[in-house]
Amino acid sequence: MHLLFRKTDELIQKIDQFINLTREASLHFQKALFFFLDGRLGEFEERLSIITRAESDADALKKDIESRLYAQTLIPESRGDVLQILETMDKITNSTKYIMKGFSIECPEIPENIAAGMKELSVPVDKAVESLVPTVRAYFENIGALKDSMHLVKFYEREADSLSEKIKRDIFALDVYLSNKLQLKDFVSSIDSLADVALNVADHVNIAAVKLIV
Amino acid sequence: MISLFFLTSGLFLGWSLGANNTANVFGSAVGSGMVRFKTAAAITSIFVIIGSVLSGDGTGSTLESLGSVNQLAGAFIVAMAAAVSVYWMTRADIPVSITQSIVGSIVGWNIFSGTVTDLSSLAKILLSWLFSPILAAALSIIIYKMAKFILTHMSIHILKLDYYNRIGFIIVGAFGAYALGANNIAGVMGVFIPSSPFASLKIGSITLSPTDQLFLIGGLSIAAGVISYSGKVIKTVGKGITELTPVGGLVVVSASSLVLFIFASEGLESLLIGAGLPSIPLVPVSSSQAIVGAIVGLALIKGGRVNYRLVGKIGLGWIITPIFAGIFAFISLFVLQNVFSQNVYRQVRFMISPDTVQKLEAEGLYSKGMDSLNSIVFKNGVSFKEALGAAGVPENKTAGIMYFSEFLDIRVNGAELKKKLNPEFLRNEMAEAVIALDGKTFQYKWQFEEALAEQDPIWKIKPESQANKNYNRNLRAKLTFLYGIFSQ
Repeated sequence: MHLLFRKTDELIQKIDQFINLTREASLHFQKALFFFLDGRLGEFEERLSIITRAESDADALKKDIESRLYAQTLIPESRGDVLQILETMDKITNSTKYIMKGFSIECPEIPENIAAGMKELSVPVDKAVESLVPTVRAYFENIGALKDSMHLVKFYEREADSLSEKIKRDIFALDVYLSNKLQLKDFVSSIDSLADVALNVADHVNIAAVKLIV
Repeated sequence: MISLFFLTSGLFLGWSLGANNTANVFGSAVGSGMVRFKTAAAITSIFVIIGSVLSGDGTGSTLESLGSVNQLAGAFIVAMAAAVSVYWMTRADIPVSITQSIVGSIVGWNIFSGTVTDLSSLAKILLSWLFSPILAAALSIIIYKMAKFILTHMSIHILKLDYYNRIGFIIVGAFGAYALGANNIAGVMGVFIPSSPFASLKIGSITLSPTDQLFLIGGLSIAAGVISYSGKVIKTVGKGITELTPVGGLVVVSASSLVLFIFASEGLESLLIGAGLPSIPLVPVSSSQAIVGAIVGLALIKGGRVNYRLVGKIGLGWIITPIFAGIFAFISLFVLQNVFSQNVYRQVRFMISPDTVQKLEAEGLYSKGMDSLNSIVFKNGVSFKEALGAAGVPENKTAGIMYFSEFLDIRVNGAELKKKLNPEFLRNEMAEAVIALDGKTFQYKWQFEEALAEQDPIWKIKPESQANKNYNRNLRAKLTFLYGIFSQ
């Protein structure tokens, strides 16, 4: 039993680390985006490599958590929910890498007003992920506090959606080739998608929490 | 050897209890993989035996007061009829328990042997059956509320909660197994108490009375059922409670175990009596029905739907099982007595002798109409009771008159007592009072009891009251033990 308790503590730490990595990936994402939009490409690439490392670490952690949950037959009733939450949450780190790789490979030319819009968009996107962290922690540690942060994720996701729509309208008002417009629209959509994933995780947490309450 | 064979039906009953009822205690934990089957089986086996031997006496005496099966062959049939009834009812998918079937069987034996069924004991048992699922539901609601309060007000990580749940399942499972043994062993082995084939057994510093030995082998047979077959039952039958959350499972098992404990604990009874509160009767109740009651309670508080078909089935079980077991026991007793020439009961005779008349007058129980019954030997309780009714004796006086008129040959045999003596059961001064009467004969229990009380007041039955309930019950158990040894 003591061994089980020690293993449980280790697993709790690993889940914490995973949540931290997701949050850090989001912060690095915002920084990297700002560096790219400001033309500070060296610093951007540094951030990209940090994000890539975080994504790889998060993947390894997720696999480790998964296998421990199965091997130790822990939380049999909620295991499926927990794994789904972690799996969806992992998409956030995956997306940060995928989007930044896109910027690195495609090097899109971004007009100033669109760049400003993208910077503005990154704020609610990051806030959505920031609000998701206490939501997920509340699911694991304090189910009563779940509602405190859950509504914020939804709020920031909506903010991001409306900003994203505005930027897209601005893009299609530009006097550039359609191919450029489509490329810029895709980048805006992908940045916005981070908030969507955050909301997706929060929804999973919400459903899982109902089952968890005694 | 033949007497040991007669115990096999009780052992079978114990085996089926172990095989079927472990699912109630550990089904949720094992079914969800939170506790390994081997761990669950080991804990259940150990605690069911401890519960049987340490706390089985209380419910045992209730069953005995319902009907004292005084021949081993009769007890064999009574236990067998109960086991067969449980088997058939389980096949018919009706959640029943051995307690219901054994009560039906005993009443069947009473009818066959002409023994008067103690209606107050029967009423006590029937009310307890009705009350136990209701109590389980109420306890389930209370425990659920407490658990919810704790879980919503304390920040417990779900992985830590999982760890605590596992510990909880083991503790509650051990308690459940203990309560199951304490409450249900009487159903398994209780009918063999009056005709126990064992003498006292001394192992080192521990002395086991004949009843202890019966309960021990009964407990072992339950453990055998747990180890050999309960795994399969958990996988198939035990699914009913695996759908609950772990905390829900814990709530349900705690509530039902508490019910079994409440209906079996002499300690709790003494505590209630000591506090001047009404005590709860010590009655064997069904663990399956307590579990269903607890689940219904949880469903009610969580706003879920109650499966009224299942509730109806329990009600059906209450009615059908004892009737089926009673009829089956009656037919089997008839066959064993008339085809296999076995004595399935020892005749209990009644006679109002001049001594009895004096005693009854002193007790205020005698009436003129009874003159016509004097010196007539009645061959069983039923015919004597009918004669008393015909003589115009009011119903409330019958039990007392029957007690003072039960006619049997008692010859005090000090040597035989020493052979079967268990110092923990019969203290030295009590045994000395009995041995002082060595060689004396008595025709009535009350004469023997008065002679004993004259030797030592410790043998005096106290006036019937809540406070004296435990004392008198223990004293009567000792007297029953002596009648088993001394009656001819």
